[in-house]
Amino acid sequence: MKTFRVDLHTHTVLSPCGDLEMSPVNIVEKAKERGIDVLGISDHNSTLHAPLIKKLAAKENIEIMMGAEVTTKEEVHCLCFFETEEKLVVFQKYLDKHLPHIANDSDKFGYQVVVNEEEEILNEVEWLLISGINQSIDQLEKKVHELDGLFIPAHVNKMQDSIISQLGFIPIDLNVDALEISQHTTKSEFLKKNKYLKNYNFIRSSDAHYIDNIGNTWTNFFMERRNFEEIKMALAGIEGRKIEIK
Amino acid sequence: MKVSDIVEKLGLKVCSGEQGLNKEIEGGYTSDLLSDVMGNADADQVWVTLQTHKNIMAIASLKELAAIVLVKGYEPEADAAEQSNEEGIPILSSEEEAFELTGKLYKLLSVE
Repeated sequence: MKTFRVDLHTHTVLSPCGDLEMSPVNIVEKAKERGIDVLGISDHNSTLHAPLIKKLAAKENIEIMMGAEVTTKEEVHCLCFFETEEKLVVFQKYLDKHLPHIANDSDKFGYQVVVNEEEEILNEVEWLLISGINQSIDQLEKKVHELDGLFIPAHVNKMQDSIISQLGFIPIDLNVDALEISQHTTKSEFLKKNKYLKNYNFIRSSDAHYIDNIGNTWTNFFMERRNFEEIKMALAGIEGRKIEIK
Repeated sequence: MKVSDIVEKLGLKVCSGEQGLNKEIEGGYTSDLLSDVMGNADADQVWVTLQTHKNIMAIASLKELAAIVLVKGYEPEADAAEQSNEEGIPILSSEEEAFELTGKLYKLLSVE
């Protein structure tokens, strides 16, 4: 087994809160500089930047997990990842269908643009991407797993936008592939206050909104190679694959 | 005041947990953050919220709340209603928004 450095939570310039420097080219460059082996692209309620970044990253031998950070109707942030572009497109349609039509005010929330390799703007997303979609966390989880995706509630230790802040605690029958904690805590610190979660699998990620934050926090994955299937196996802890955080 | 009294006086719909309508109410708490309710609501209060996830019932049961009132015409999700029936903690529904409903509830409970 080899050890891979995995940071599954990154915002691009498409996220209203993502810095303008977070272009696909810059993101790949920074991930390479930081020695990241697998990077998750997880813009708020949109997957539109992930395929281009995957294409660019392939040249640098960096694996991209394509997905989004979805806000459920309870305002819980959840990381969702998919193996193929076909599945990503199906999921994007689901997001488009359920995102409320509240116009983005770029002065207040920032720009939501899709760019190309040359950093030319291809498209500006009209609806505010940080709204909650009109789907419960249970409905979202079912949709993600229907598409054989990975479902990971984000920064569960945070006092806003997290499953614990919004729902009080993690429903025992919610099928999660892992729980993400932020760089502001450690697994042992978190478990001290949340003993009932000791049997869960934890990842830690950067949640980078600025270029310098990419890869400053990561999770070690022990796997044979870097791809979606191996990531899935490591999260499930099967056939010798496993994950490890502080 | 009993849960059934506020059902009648505020024109609430009883979605589930009917066998708990005789419970006495000792006040109320309005919040949509479940972690906040977990930390701050007291036993025998009526909880006003727009959240419909089954965790609302787990919290109501843990905190021994008298009833839950959903606002804006929301109804509980099926598994929440089921637990409400099992535990006899009523889930009620109002067409009004939290501000109006809480105001009326406060007035009613202050008279006592």
